[in-house]
Parts: sequence; structure tokens; C-alpha cells
Amino acid sequence: MSSLTRRSALLLGAGMSFTLVAVDDGIATPAEANAEIAKFTGGKATEGGKIAIDLPEIAENGNTVPLAIKVDSPMTADDYVSEIRVVGDANPNAGIVRFHLTPMSGRAEAATRIRLGGTGTVTVLAKTSTGKLYAERKVVKVTVGGCGG
Amino acid sequence: MAEKPRLRVPSEAKKGDIIQIKTLMSHPMETGYRKDETGKPIPREIINSFVCTFNGHEVFRADLEPAISANPYFEFTVKVEDSGTFAFAWVDDNGTVTTAEQSIAVS
Repeated sequence: MSSLTRRSALLLGAGMSFTLVAVDDGIATPAEANAEIAKFTGGKATEGGKIAIDLPEIAENGNTVPLAIKVDSPMTADDYVSEIRVVGDANPNAGIVRFHLTPMSGRAEAATRIRLGGTGTVTVLAKTSTGKLYAERKVVKVTVGGCGG
Repeated sequence: MAEKPRLRVPSEAKKGDIIQIKTLMSHPMETGYRKDETGKPIPREIINSFVCTFNGHEVFRADLEPAISANPYFEFTVKVEDSGTFAFAWVDDNGTVTTAEQSIAVS
């Protein structure tokens, strides 16, 4: 085998790994997740420590991952969480769900079950009626992805 | 798929109580990213909106994306001041609306 062939083989290998990356382009990148986050915050700074995210650290089945969110808020007519946005970077779309709350919610809480295509970061954002922005993130390891293929 | 949505709403509460509501709707939540055996993409068909109103006032709403699991489940709270009726509506990509109602006695 000549060295030229070996080089071609190496190039082929490089090409293949590139193809694999290209096939993966159905997954939202952290940049796409960040763009979705910026859409919600309008580029303004967010406050931490106000949102509690209940998500498993390791999800064996990405098809149904329980997610519960609690935001620290008085939930009065003058000061309440009006919107909660959930964004992930491991799915074909960065957006996961959006909740709209009202002072009648009593508590700023919501829970659902989400799909995660792979290991990634889930970001939860909240907006209050007084214009405050909160954010919190959590990394979830996914053993079996939940987006089919 | 004409299965009735499942609701868990307390039948009674005290004025000012914060009650918890749980809802479960049967729906495949087809993401649009899957392919059938012949390799043809299966078109997206999801419930994209869920709304809960109490006596006509919106109390909770969710905008769903394909990342919500099949048979969408929601859990949320409502502060009740009066007796009344909760109305729930799920809307899918075809515009099909499924509704359910549950009343509560508040003393």
C-alpha cells in the first residue's frame, strides 16, 4: 500500500466524520438555544436563584422526561410571573414549551413531560409582570434519545 | 383518538385556597422528525395549544412544541375565590379542538 493511498484513506476518514456531523444538523446547537433565549429576554440580563428546576440528572428515556418548574414570586395582581419559557439544545428545535400564568395561578409553578433528543442543557426563563427576567439551567444526561429518527 | 382527556381537579375547596390541577390528553404528538418504514418523513401533528379558563378568565396557557411528550401532561395551580367551572381546551395542528369541563364548589 503506498503512502498516497494511506493518505486518501485518512482523507476519506476525515470526510466520513464530517458527513456524520452534517447528518447531525437536525439538532439545535447551543447557538440556536441562545438565540431562542435572546428572543425571550430581548438581550437583557437575567437574575439567577429564582427558579427551581426539577429534572432528572440522568434520563434513561428521552421520550418522556418529567419537568417541574417553581419560580419564587408573590403572584399578586401587581407582581406575578407572566411567562415561563423552556429551551433546550439537544432537540431539532430549541424551543420546548411556553407557559402563560396569571395572578390567579396562586403559585408560579408548572409541570409537564418533555422529550430530549440527547444529553444537553435545559434552560428555564421567567418574566414577571414588573419586567424582571429570571433564568436557570440544568444539564440532563440522556441514555436513549427521544426524537426518533 | 376520541378518548376523553383525563382531569384531576378537586371538587371542593375553601375560598382563597391554591388548588392543583392535573390534565392528561391522549395524543401521539408526532414531531415531524420521524420517518416511516419506507423512509418517508411522517408529517408533524401535535397539540400546539392548551388553555385553562375559570369562569371565563384565562388562568393557565401552554404553547406546546414537538418537544412535549406524547399524551401531553400538565400540572399547574389556581387560586380559587368563588365556585365555578374550569374549562380546558386542547388545539392540534389541524385545528381540532378537544374540550373538557370540571366544576368546583368553593366555600
